[in-house]
Amino acid sequence: MTTGGSRLDPWVDSYAARAHAMRASEIRALFAVASRPEVVSLAGGMPYVQALPVEMLTATAHRLLTERGPVALQYGSGQGDQTLREQILDVIGEVGITAHPDDIVVTTGSQMALDLVTRIFCDPGDVVLVEAPSYVGALGVFRAYECDVRHVAMDDEGLVPDALTDALAACAREGRRVKFIYTIPSFHNPAGVSQGPARRAEVLRIAQSAGVLVLEDDPYGLLGFEGEPPRAIRADDAEGVIYLGSFSKTIASGLRVGWAVAPHGVREKLVLAAEAAVLCPSNYAQLTVSEYLATQPWREQIKTFREVYRERRDALLESLQAMMPEGTTWTIPAGGFYSWLTLPEGLDATAMLPRAVANLVAYVPGTGFYVDGQGRQNLRLSYCYPEPERIREGVRRLAAVIESELELAHTFGTSHALTEVTGTSVPAPDLA
Amino acid sequence: MHVLVLAGGLSAERDVSLRSGRRVAEALRGERPDWEVGLTDVDASLLARLAEHRPDCIIPLLHGAAGEDGALRDVLQSLGIPFVGSTAASSRLAFDKPVAAQLVRDAGLLTPEGVAMPQSTFRELGAAGVLAAVVDRIGLPMVVKPAKGGSALGASIVHNAADLPAAMVGAFAYGDVVLMEQFIAGTEIAVGIFERDDDIVALPAVEIVPPGELYDYAARYTAGTTEFFCPARLTEEQERAAQAMALNVHVLLGLRDWSRTDLIIDAGGRPWFLEVNVAPGMTETSLVPQALSAADVRLGELMAELAEAAVSRSGR
Repeated sequence: MTTGGSRLDPWVDSYAARAHAMRASEIRALFAVASRPEVVSLAGGMPYVQALPVEMLTATAHRLLTERGPVALQYGSGQGDQTLREQILDVIGEVGITAHPDDIVVTTGSQMALDLVTRIFCDPGDVVLVEAPSYVGALGVFRAYECDVRHVAMDDEGLVPDALTDALAACAREGRRVKFIYTIPSFHNPAGVSQGPARRAEVLRIAQSAGVLVLEDDPYGLLGFEGEPPRAIRADDAEGVIYLGSFSKTIASGLRVGWAVAPHGVREKLVLAAEAAVLCPSNYAQLTVSEYLATQPWREQIKTFREVYRERRDALLESLQAMMPEGTTWTIPAGGFYSWLTLPEGLDATAMLPRAVANLVAYVPGTGFYVDGQGRQNLRLSYCYPEPERIREGVRRLAAVIESELELAHTFGTSHALTEVTGTSVPAPDLA
Repeated sequence: MHVLVLAGGLSAERDVSLRSGRRVAEALRGERPDWEVGLTDVDASLLARLAEHRPDCIIPLLHGAAGEDGALRDVLQSLGIPFVGSTAASSRLAFDKPVAAQLVRDAGLLTPEGVAMPQSTFRELGAAGVLAAVVDRIGLPMVVKPAKGGSALGASIVHNAADLPAAMVGAFAYGDVVLMEQFIAGTEIAVGIFERDDDIVALPAVEIVPPGELYDYAARYTAGTTEFFCPARLTEEQERAAQAMALNVHVLLGLRDWSRTDLIIDAGGRPWFLEVNVAPGMTETSLVPQALSAADVRLGELMAELAEAAVSRSGR
C-alpha cells in the first residue's frame, strides 16, 4: 500500500498476484550487455537463420503476396490453415507420428501451444511434473497459471523412470492429481541429453499406468547430428500424449509457427482456447511456411542446419575439453542447441555471471531452469548462433573466469553471493 | 545545434544507460525541435563517426565504468568536443567511492567509516583475519559494495560476520576493489545539483523507501516497487542541511554542470554522505527526474541549457 508517496506506477495495487514476480533483474541487465558484439554470447537460443537461402525466401514472400495476398492478409481459421496442417503430417512423419490433419492445431510458435495446453488443463495449484532442469519458457507458462511445478530427476538419458514413479507416487499419497508430465525427450533444452527408445517406452508406460497425460515438446527432434530422428513418444500413443512441434528451428523462428498434435477432445478445446487468445495464428506466416514446404527442398535445408549446428557443437565440445578447469563437466548433445555445464564443486553460476560478462562472455545460469532454486552450480551453453571461432574464444574466456572464480571461492570459502538475485534470470528471446 | 547523447556501453548498467539516454534525447527534441539530437551507443566505431559528423556538444549518459570513471571524458577532452558534465579528472574522483568519501571526510563532512580492499589483500593475508579486523574497526551491520559502479549492483548489507564472505563474493563479481562501510540507519535521500546562470542549484531532496532494507537493482528499476517522497519527509533544517552537503560535495570534488549526491539522514537529523554520481540515472524510475519535476524544471529545458553552457564555455 502507498502511504502518501509516489510509486511511479498508479496501478501498483491493481496487479494480479502473479505479476508480483515480474521485476527488473540484475541478470537481465547483464544480458543487455551480452547483446553487444564484443561479448561472445553462449546465452541465447537464436537459431542461425542466416543459413537459409535469402533469395528463395524473398521469392516465396513475393509470390505469396502477389498471388494470394487477400488470403494471406486476412483472418484465418482458429485451428490453422488446412493445407499447412496436411503438410505438417509430412514433417511429423519424420519422427514416426501418423495423424489426421484434424488432429493438428497450428499455433503462434509452440510456446503458444504450451500456453493453451496449460490453460485448458491447469487450475491454480494443479501439479505439473517437469524434468530437472526444464525449459524456462515452459516454467514461465506453468508459473503464470500458478501450477505446482515439481521437478523429476534426469540422467544422461533424460527423465529417470524411478524418479518419475516416485514423484507420481508422492502426488498420489498427497491426494494430488498430476495434470501432465512435461518432457523434451530429444536434445533437451537446457540439458542437452536425449531419451533413448527404451527410456521413452518406459516413461510412456509409467505415465499410462498412472493415467497421466504426457506433454511432449519436440522443437529439436529433426536436428540430430547422427542417424535418423528419434521416434516421438506420441508415435506410440495417440490418446495419452500431446505433441508440440515448431518450425522455429527447422525454418525460421521469426515466422512464429508451431503446432500441437492432440487427441480429439483436447484439440477441440485447444481451438476454442486459441480463438479466445489470438483469434487465429498469422495467416501470412502460415502461408509462407506452407509455400516453403510445397516448393522448397526443406529436408535438404534441415540437413544444412544440422551440419551448421554439428560443426558448432564440435567446436564447443573440443574447446571445453581443451580448456575447462578440472572438476568441470558437461553434457554431450547429439543434436539441438545446448550443452549443460556443471561447475567445479562449490561454484555458483549466478554469482559468477557479472564477472563473465565483464570478461565478454555470457551464458545462462542454471537456476533459471528450475522453480525451486536448484541449478546454482550449472549453466547452459548455447552453440547455435556464434561461429565456431567465436565459440572457441568464448570458451577460452569462460575458462579464465571459472579459474578466477575458483580463486575467489578459495579465498572466501564460498562462491555464493549474499544477496539472492530476484526477477527474471533468463534472456529475452532476441539474444543471440 | 547538433547534440549527441551517448548511452549504452559495456558496463552492467548498459540497460539503465540506454533508458536514460532515450529519455534525455526525447526531452531535448521536445524542447528544441530545431536541434539535431542524436542518440548513440559507445563502441569501436564511435571516434570515426564523431570525426565524420562532429557534434557541437555531447551529453555522456553512460553509467558505470568508462562512462563515469572519466575515461570517455578524457577522450572527448582530447578531441576538443564540448560535453555536458564533469571533467575527466573530477569524474575519476567521484566514481571511486573510497576516494570521494575520503575527500568529503577530509573536508569535515560526515561520511560512514569505510575500508576499501582489493581481492589480492584477502588472498595474501587470509580472508578470515582481514574480515575480523574490518569488523573490529567498522562494526556490524556494514555495507559491502564494489568501490566503483552504481545501481547497487553487487551491494549488500551484512548483519552477521558469518555472511561477510558471501557479501564479498557478491561485490567482487562487479569489481576488483570492495568497499566495506559502516551502515548508517536512517532516511535514504538523494539530492540533485545543477548549474544554471552561474549559480549552483540544489534540487529538492527525494526520499527513497525501498520495500526491503537495500535499495537494490529490482527496487530501483521496477516501477511500483519503491515509494518516493518529493519533497522528502524532512524538517526544513534537515532538507537545507542535505542540500548544503550535496552542494559542498559538488564544489569540493570540482564537479560541473550536474550531479546527484546520495545521503542518509540519521536519527539525529544529520546528513551522511554516501556517494556522488556524475551521470545520474534519468530513467522513468530515477531520482533526478522526480526532483526536477518537483522543482518545476523541465528535463529538456535543463539539458538544453547545460548543452548551451558547454558549447559556450568551449568558446566555440
